[in-house]
Amino acid sequence: MKLQEYRSKEILARHGVPLLSGQTATTPEEARAAAADLGGAVVIKAQVLVGGRGKAGGVKLASSPDEAEQAAREIIGLDIKGTTVKTVLVAPAADIAHEYYLGLILDRSSKAITIIASAEGGVEIEETAKTNPDAILSLPLHPLIGLQEHEVRRVAFVLGLPADLRKDFATVLRGLYAAFIESDADLAEVNPLVVTDDGRLLALDAKIVLDDSALSRHPDLEAMRDLNEEEPSEIAAREAGISFIKLDGSIGCMVNGAGLAMTTMDLVKLAGGEPANFLDIGGGAKQDKVTAAFKIILDDPNVKAILINIFGGITRGDEVARGIVEARAALTRDVPMVVRIVGTNSEEAKPILAEANLITAESLDDAAAKAVAAAGAAA
Amino acid sequence: MSILVNRETRLLVQGITGREGEFHSTAMLEYGTSIVAGVTPGKGGQSALDGRVPVFDTVAEAVEQTGANATCIFVPAAFAPDAMLEASAARVPLVVCITEGVPALDMLRVSHVLRASGTRLIGPNCPGMTSVDEAKVGIIPGNIHARGPVGLVSRSGTLTYEVVQAMTDAGMGQTTCVGIGGDPIIGTNFIDILDMFNQDPETEAIVMIGEIGGEEEEKAAAFCAREVRKPMAAFIAGRTAPPGRRMGHAGAIISSGGEGTAESKRVALEEAGVRVADSPSHIPQLLRDAGVG
Repeated sequence: MKLQEYRSKEILARHGVPLLSGQTATTPEEARAAAADLGGAVVIKAQVLVGGRGKAGGVKLASSPDEAEQAAREIIGLDIKGTTVKTVLVAPAADIAHEYYLGLILDRSSKAITIIASAEGGVEIEETAKTNPDAILSLPLHPLIGLQEHEVRRVAFVLGLPADLRKDFATVLRGLYAAFIESDADLAEVNPLVVTDDGRLLALDAKIVLDDSALSRHPDLEAMRDLNEEEPSEIAAREAGISFIKLDGSIGCMVNGAGLAMTTMDLVKLAGGEPANFLDIGGGAKQDKVTAAFKIILDDPNVKAILINIFGGITRGDEVARGIVEARAALTRDVPMVVRIVGTNSEEAKPILAEANLITAESLDDAAAKAVAAAGAAA
Repeated sequence: MSILVNRETRLLVQGITGREGEFHSTAMLEYGTSIVAGVTPGKGGQSALDGRVPVFDTVAEAVEQTGANATCIFVPAAFAPDAMLEASAARVPLVVCITEGVPALDMLRVSHVLRASGTRLIGPNCPGMTSVDEAKVGIIPGNIHARGPVGLVSRSGTLTYEVVQAMTDAGMGQTTCVGIGGDPIIGTNFIDILDMFNQDPETEAIVMIGEIGGEEEEKAAAFCAREVRKPMAAFIAGRTAPPGRRMGHAGAIISSGGEGTAESKRVALEEAGVRVADSPSHIPQLLRDAGVG
């Protein structure tokens, strides 16, 4: 789960990372009041989870409360890569002498929390990785003893920080590390970390991504979830215990297992169609889940056909078939459905599906082709 | 021959009295796996699976009494890290963790400790493995297999079953099928398993099922080019997955910077001489083209 900048800064501030926290606003008037309260020049920043907000006009400087109100009016309601800005952060502006990148990631290949640092801050680290990979320091930390002093010193030297700021840098890096550990993060980054004209070290922007598997032990962080940035269908799916991601195509997919769900999408595409979603219904595929999945898929008006692909292992195919037929009977909108059930009791499933006039398929390739044809005929 | 598990495997099940543990242990017994013990703290002295398996309070006691040499873990995510560490502390050489949703920071520590103590960890968030007609540890349906010359390794669950079924239907049997798990931090990676298959005299060909996220498939490709002389076929799931979104598995995510795509993995594997299928159903034919079966 990604946290908004102002939430990430709250967490870093709790761990002693120096930053200019500012205030959030949801109306131009609130932004004006915040600017007046902070005094001096401010930056108005769109609070969205997608990258590239600066280029999209989501970050503006303002030298007075009037300008802050005007800037907020322009930013609030702005569409940035499909997300409508609802909240802005009003923060004191800083005079920047130098920008650095400092991040911690959970690195899969080294199986370690890894420091990523670069003296070329202010641009996305992925960009630096492409244009100037030698400018990036990557330092894996020991999984049991964690961040050590020599590592803090090494990063400070590699970044070429002024000697009088090394102590402050240690506070930043230790705080970032503590925030990472205590919030069970996948990523915690400060970009840019800046040295100001008056020689202060400050985290100007922050991003924390949390490990979804650990959220259950952090109810305080779960409460920071921004429902404004999630598709309503994805929220409904999470509540139903279904793994769901909305896409732009016309063929709804209902599958058991994440790898098989991705494969089903891929084969829809290979057959000349476009998948409308990723949906993993999980093990068991009980009727209440099938019902919830149908509702979530059909809430998308683009869906013209549904492809159901169930590999019965633990799950018995005839039970799934009955669940599908019963759940479908309760639907308010109906579209052609192609059902493929294989594995345990798949033979017993066939008459049940045939009686309900569902299109059936033996192979996954065949099912994908039939779903694409059905969606084309329905369009 | 086969890898990881065989007729000598004496299996212990942690969480044998839970709903999942009991269900899958029954299926493992029916497949012919020798389950010698179960562990549920507080239920020591009882028996499980209709009196067929003795239950112990601790892994150490179970190992001492029964000589268990592998464990399969079905306990909930909050207790799984401790269960893995307990198995390692009791010197069980093979730990298979089925549990999904174990926090990644816990796995960093657990996988480090297990590696340092020489414990082989498979998973977590994996379906386990079957050495066909010898032993099944985990949740892969036993009836989809046929014995034959192909080894299979996968990051997925039901997608593995799909491929195994396609192979069996095409008359192409398997030695061992292993699911290594869909999490970002797992105990055993593709290369470890590819190395075992490469050295197993009975395994004549290898199938690898990958998916988006990370760079393990690319690393595996480099290993294949360097070490593996057996015919190989692969499938990579997630060609249509959007970047920046986690596709069900915690580890299945293309970074916003564009790393971990199916295309990158396909290219790397093809450059290493691995035949990459567009659909799971094409895998048997690709192996035939490579002279298998």
